This record gives sequence, C-alpha cells and structure tokens, in this order.
Amino acid sequence: MVWYVVQRCIGALMTLFIVAAVIFAATELLPGDVATALLGRDATPKRLAQVRAQLRLDRPVSERYWAWFGGFVQGDWGYSLARPNQAIIPLVGERLLNTMWLAFIAASVGIPIAIMLGVIAGLYRDHVPDVVISVIALVGMSLPEFVIGSLLMLVFGVMWAILPAITIVPPNASFGQLLPSMILPAWTLMIVMVAYILRMVRSSMIDVLQSEYVQMAYLKGMSRQMVIWRYAIPTALLPSINAIALTVAWLIGGVVVVETVFNFPGIGRLMTAAVGDRDLPLVQALGLVGAAFYIGVNLVADIATLWLTPRLRTQYW
Amino acid sequence: MSTPLLEVAGLSIGFRRPNGTTVPAVHDVSLQLMPGERLGIVGESGCGKSTLTLALLGYIRGNGTRMQGTVRRQGVDLFALTEAALQQVRGAEIALVPQNAGQALAPHLTVGAQIGDVLARHRDITGQPAQHQIVQLLRDMRFGDPDQIAVRYPHQLSGGQQQRIALAMALAGAPKVLVLDEPTTGLDVTTQAHLLLLLDEITRNTQMTTVVVSHDLGVIARTASRVIVMYAGEIVEDGLVSQVFADPRHPYTRGLIAALPRIDRPELPSAMAGQLGHDYTYQRCTFAPRCAFAQQICDTAPQLGVAEAMHRVRCHRWYEISNEVHMADVGTRIERDDEPTTSTVVLDIKNVAATYQRRRWQSWWRDDGVDVVRDVQIQLMAGQTCALVGESGSGKSTLARMITGLHPPRRGEIRLFDAPLHADVSRRSVAERRHVQLVFQNPDSSLNPRHTIAEILHRPQFVFFGRSRAESLAYSRDMLQNVRMDEAYLTRFPSQLSGGEKQRIAIARAFLAEPAVVVCDEVVSALDVSVQAAVLRLLVDMQQKSQTAYLFISHDLAVVRAVAQYVVVLYAGQVCEYGPAETVFSAPFHPYTALLLAAVLSIDTTPAADTLPQRIDVVDGVVRGCPFVARCPVAIAGVCETTPPPWQIADNGHALRCHHTREVLANSQNLKS
Repeated sequence: MVWYVVQRCIGALMTLFIVAAVIFAATELLPGDVATALLGRDATPKRLAQVRAQLRLDRPVSERYWAWFGGFVQGDWGYSLARPNQAIIPLVGERLLNTMWLAFIAASVGIPIAIMLGVIAGLYRDHVPDVVISVIALVGMSLPEFVIGSLLMLVFGVMWAILPAITIVPPNASFGQLLPSMILPAWTLMIVMVAYILRMVRSSMIDVLQSEYVQMAYLKGMSRQMVIWRYAIPTALLPSINAIALTVAWLIGGVVVVETVFNFPGIGRLMTAAVGDRDLPLVQALGLVGAAFYIGVNLVADIATLWLTPRLRTQYW
Repeated sequence: MSTPLLEVAGLSIGFRRPNGTTVPAVHDVSLQLMPGERLGIVGESGCGKSTLTLALLGYIRGNGTRMQGTVRRQGVDLFALTEAALQQVRGAEIALVPQNAGQALAPHLTVGAQIGDVLARHRDITGQPAQHQIVQLLRDMRFGDPDQIAVRYPHQLSGGQQQRIALAMALAGAPKVLVLDEPTTGLDVTTQAHLLLLLDEITRNTQMTTVVVSHDLGVIARTASRVIVMYAGEIVEDGLVSQVFADPRHPYTRGLIAALPRIDRPELPSAMAGQLGHDYTYQRCTFAPRCAFAQQICDTAPQLGVAEAMHRVRCHRWYEISNEVHMADVGTRIERDDEPTTSTVVLDIKNVAATYQRRRWQSWWRDDGVDVVRDVQIQLMAGQTCALVGESGSGKSTLARMITGLHPPRRGEIRLFDAPLHADVSRRSVAERRHVQLVFQNPDSSLNPRHTIAEILHRPQFVFFGRSRAESLAYSRDMLQNVRMDEAYLTRFPSQLSGGEKQRIAIARAFLAEPAVVVCDEVVSALDVSVQAAVLRLLVDMQQKSQTAYLFISHDLAVVRAVAQYVVVLYAGQVCEYGPAETVFSAPFHPYTALLLAAVLSIDTTPAADTLPQRIDVVDGVVRGCPFVARCPVAIAGVCETTPPPWQIADNGHALRCHHTREVLANSQNLKS
C-alpha cells in the first residue's frame, strides 16, 4: 500500500515535470520573446540584445528550462513583467486563495447535493423524481457557464438585487468583504458540477441496485433503508470518486469564464489578464499551478479509491 | 397430516417484454411444502425454476409481475403482505442460499458483517454475542479458522468457501425453510461433494425443510426425497425421487434421464430432439413439439394427473407409452466405435512446463513464478479423443493455451506431425494454425456478435484457403448440414441462436479449417443436459468422418467417460495418472482419481461418504514430494511429503504415479466399491 502510494506520487511528479516542459516549450514557441514583449515599440536591435542578456534569454533553451523549473520548485517563481517589481508568488498566492475559496464553497455544497440527487434519481429510475432531476441536470450540463452566470446575475443581482452582481472590492480585500460576491459565482460553478457528478452517481447507483448482492440483501430480510445505506450506496459511490476529482480539477480551470463574468479577483481573471499582457513568466507560473492542482486532485482520488475498495486495498497491501 | 409450511396455488408469473406483452415464466404452479420435507426442483435453463424459487420468498425479479395465484404461509399470501411484514419472513422463516455466492455477497463488507446483519435483523443479537454466534456458525460450516474468515472480504475466499458463507448467512436467521438455488453450480466436483455432505449433515440433524433447485439431476438425487420436474414454466412431473428417477413417466423426464452421461458406462447418451420453445399460450402440451410420443390429443393442454400414490404427471399418454420404448430413451444408447483406425501421432506434447510470470517490472527483483504445468507428456492420435481431467487450477486450460500458441512453454516442446510447433501462434505458419483449432467453453463470447453466421463461417475459409465469400458459401452450407443446422441460419446473428446452436457453429467453424487437432475446452459444461448430449454426439460424428484428434478438456468425468478413448488426469499441473479410458476408469486408481470418482454424483448410486476426506480447507503449497499429499487419504507419513512418487506402468498402457504399489491401491479400492 505504502509502496503503491509512493509509486503513484513519483508518477505524479514525473507528469508534472513533463507538463512543465510542455508549458515552457509552448511559451518558447510563441512568436517574439519576452524582450520584444517588454520593449514593445521601443525595441531596437541593440536594446533587445541588452534586455535579452539581462534576462539571460541568450542562454540555451535547456539551461533556461532547468533554471526556471529549478527555481519554481525552490519557491523562486520570478517576477511579473507587466506588473513591474511584483513577485509572482504573492500575486498568484492571493488570487489562488480567492479562487480556492470559491471552489471550496462550490464543492462543499455541490458534492453532497450531487450525491444526494444522484442517489435519488437512481432509486426512482424512470419515475418522476428521476426524470425531473435528469432533465434539469442535462440542461445544467448543456448551458455554458457564462449563460448560467448571466442568468443568475440577472435574477438575483439585478431583478431582485439581493446579492452583488459583480465583485467590487478593493485589492487585498478580506474574506468577509469577498464573501457576498462569492455566492453567485460559486452557485454557477456548482450547477455545472452537480449536473456532471449526479449523472455519474445515478448510473452507478442503477448498476448496483441491479446487482445480485443488493437482491440478496432484500432476500435476507434487510429493510429498504438498510439495503440502500449499507449495501448499495458505499459501492455506488466508489466510481464517482474519479468523477468528483475531475470536476474539482475542472473548477480551477473552469473558473476563468465565471470569474470574468462576475469580475471576481481570482486566478482565472489573473490568467486572462496575463495572457493579454503577454506576461509570460506569469502565464507559465499559472499554467503550472493549474496542472499541479489537476494532477494532485487526481492522485488523491486514485489513492482514495484504492483505500475504499477492499479488493484493491488487500491486493496492494 | 400436519399443515404445509408453504402452499403455492395456481401461481403464474410473467415478465414484460419491451413490446408490451407479458410472457409467463411460471405457469399455473401448485405445490405444498410439508414440514421436514426435502424437495428438489429440477429443470433446464428457461424452465422457470429460479423465478419459482424467488417467489417462495415473495420476491419477483425486475420487470416481472404475478399474473395469478398465491404463495401462502400459515394461510396468508406472501404477496399480500406489506413490505415490512415480508421482511420479517425473508431470512427469518424462509432463507435463501443464492446461486453464485460470489456475486451475492457484497464486495465492500466483511463476510462476518454480512452474517451479523442477519443476526441483528432477525434474532436481535448484536455486539459481542453476535461475534460469538458468527464464529460458531462459521465453525459449523467446517472453517478451520473461523475468527480469521469472519474478517475477510468475499474476494479473499474461494468459490467453495463463498458458498459456505452464503449457507452460514442463510442459517443465521434460524429459518424453518431453507431454499437453495443451484447451490453447487460452478464448483469443482470435490468441492461440490463436500458441500452437499455438509448440507446433509446440517439439515438432517435439525430436520430442516429444504428446497433445492438445480439443473443437475445428481444434485437433486443427493439432496431431495421428493422432486418436481419443470418444463416451460409448468410442473410436468412430481413424485418421490425414488419413483421419478427410477421410473420416469413424462417423456421429458425420460429424455432428460436418457441424456445424462453415466460414469459407469462408456456410452454416448441419447440426445433429446429440438430445444425449449413454445407459444406461451398453454393451449396445447408445451413439450409436444419435441416429444417422440406426441399425437393428436397433445394439441390440447394436459392436466397434472395422478400416476400412482405421490406421483403426478402432466401427460395425456403417460400410461399408454409406459411400456413403449423409443429411440430417445434409456437403453438405446449407442455404443461408441472405440477401435482406433490409425495410429498416427498427430500432436506430441513433450515434457512441457509453464509458468505465469509476474508483471515484467516486478520480476526484476523477484522470480517466484510457480510452474502451473510441469513435465506433461501427451500424444494425440488421429481419430482419437484424449481427455484431460482435473479440477480448476490443475493447469488444463494453460495446456490448451500452450497447444494453441497463446502461452509459451517454459520448457519442453510441442510437435505437430513430427515437426516442432512454434510457441507463439503469430509465428506459426498458416498450415500449422489451420491444423490446430480451438472450441471454447462459452460460445457467447467466442462468436463475434456483429457478424452473421455466414461471415463467421467464411473467416477460416478465407484465412486458410483463400476462398471468396461466394466460394465459401457452398462449404458453409455443407458444414451446417453436418452440424445439423438449417442453412437459413446463415443470415442470422449469434444473439439469435440458443446456447447449443452457438456451440454447433463454433464446432462448424473449427472444422471448416479441416484441422488435425481440435482442442475442446469444456465445450459442453455451459450447456443444458439435453443439448449437451446432442453436442457430444455431434463431436463424435465429426471425428469419425474426418479422423480429427481431440484434446477434450473437462472436469466432468461422466462426460469424459462418454467420449474419450484415452484419459490423462492432471493434479496441480502434473500428470498423476494416464492410460486408455477403460484402464483409468477401473481399479487401481490414483488416490486423486479415486477421489474425483467418489465425488461424481449419479442418480442411481449413493456415493460412499467415507471416500471423501474430511478436510475441506487444503492449500496446496510447493512440495518436494507428491503434490497431492495434503489431500491424500492414504498418504504415507515421511515418504510422500519428501520423495516424488515413482511412475508405475502396467502392460495395458495404464500408468499412475504413487508410492503405493498398484496391488495395494487396487485391493483397498475394490474393498470400498
């Protein structure tokens, strides 16, 4: 078991390393380099060469990659280009925290709701509750986030005006100040997420309810509650762990649109801004943070599945 | 007479089809279950026995509905009870031992917990007393280390152990009626024999009422005193086991018994015509289309009439035909032609051994692969059937995989017509591949569901003879005729065929390659008895026409007796006995063969219980001496564990590998039988 976990962690690190190389190569392949981006119209061949030497852009690619990745691992993420003298770590850290809060609220409310609705839909397969839940889920999945966000904004922000439609807070706002503005974006994220997870839970619930061991549980006189809670749900939720991990990972990437819609000061908006400014070190750092999060969440999900499945747990023990 | 525990009256259960019609699976069934009775329900797949079984617990599966009738317990219909009241009956008064315990145990709960749930629910026993009770129940099931077993998960137990857990779970509620649905299907013969012995012990001591449902007449003969024969959802015969099996009245029962291969006779059983199929109207006799005795009167539905005391039969003509003997009857078995016409060695398996390696990256630092097959030598003669016998895990299938080039031997070689056969099928020549064909156990998964029969039969002809579709058609038609199927099947898909028909197609496909050797891997074990006999007959016919050699892999000794001229007995990957069939099936036996033979169930002999060793849990480790030592009833202490036994070869070609001399073995075995 320990060995398996170590193995998966090494695998995750290797994946991250490859992703980092891809991110680096991609920014490297863009036409024009950081020096051109920095100097803009002031670029003369002489000044370009000067800046390149200053930024060590004249060194070979491999050397720069190692320097960048090494620095990244050691906590030296460099400085933003478009935002002079701003270190990337605090910049990203603050925004990441905001986004994490958003994702956390969406996930902690959304996941239980999704599981509950999925179980209910599975239990009432093809009956009214299932049809209602499934149709709503399908609508939630098919509508793009910005449509859902805009609708929520229209209803709760404009028509009823009970919640702030967009975020207007000073930079470095405290959590308390941010909280009211988080409700609508979190809600938007939640709707998409719930739809996806509940469909997963529903289908595995249906599979498990048709299994012989559920039938056997009924035939040995177990009550309906007992069969559902003790025999059906635990195994039905196992396949959902990976779906949950995927949606949670998606939350971090998927916030780009939602944050833009609600003008929320999170990592997504920072990303769009960085791309717009051609702030390459920031883009690279954000890309790597996103990838690390994605890989990390999936790693946790794999280990959780392993731990919760007796067949796998005993096999790797 | 006392009142019945359960009374089924006029019960019909139907299943809804997608097109909206309801098709009955059980039709107008009435029966009474008396206290202390041992009832058996026998029938082939699709006869409605499982549906009836579940109805005894007031349960109907999936999209089924009760169309008519009642299942009364103490005068109250189970189907009229509320869900809560029904839960008090299930598991507490009527308990089920499910078919396929491996699937019926929840994978995420320990077996102890699953037994504990029954104790808590029906007997209000929880906490420490429950733990004691669970351990006691497991000890009653002959588990050597009940405390250890209780905390295991189902996947950590073998099939036989899972079945015993299911039995313990059923007994935990202290039921009055124990219903066992195919309790031993899928188990090895010896495991089955042990389980039946155990069941016998438990139920006889407590005078428990049992209902055993099985397709296997042997299991019914062992476990029941009264038997109900079902066909197409109806009871066609009902009587004491001694009456029904010795003197069957219904043509279906007669055919079923005639189709049973017998361990004591080297004959092909007779095959029943046709297959289960009727119009679900129950306006005429459902068996008439297959019945050799059918006449005009059979166009009306027969009633279940009394034939003699305690014996009922649903047939218009049972009395008239009781003295009529027919082709499809006991006594008209056709003897096999045992004379080998040639003595060409087709396939020569020389000292092969095989290992299953761990995954490659793991074998870097450990090399503990155990040989699953060791030093096996077999010669296949043209026109002969060599049977390979053994329990699961004996290496039978690995050997088949080596012959067909799917698994490389670690040592030794396989020669075809005295030329070495490459270990890897992808590197064998077209002719070599053509000459070695394989028929699988399960035709459902070996036929491509998206191809028509014509396409399935065309493939080998294209690959091996380069025939075009048009050219192959004539050969396919001929072959279909050979396997006794209509050419209308050419345009059908495998899903439109019954199990027996699919297996015929698989055989036809193998023979279209005009092979020298056909490896038959448990080809009839997934088929019903009546169909099984027909497929066996077909295999023998095909062999006599083409002089093909068969390697017939089977765990069923009675089937082996019916078809094989030569038998090789495999235990733990090693041959322990071989020889011409007649010599293997007569004393002296290797102690393992003796054990297998003792475990075979038959409908007319009661096996001697003492021939089965009492130890149930035996783990085979790697031993230096005889691999069978741990289970051997006649093992010699200090010798068998350490010294590999010598081969003892007799003049008639029979050989066994044992430390006891042939005479000693023969004497002790003749005494017992």
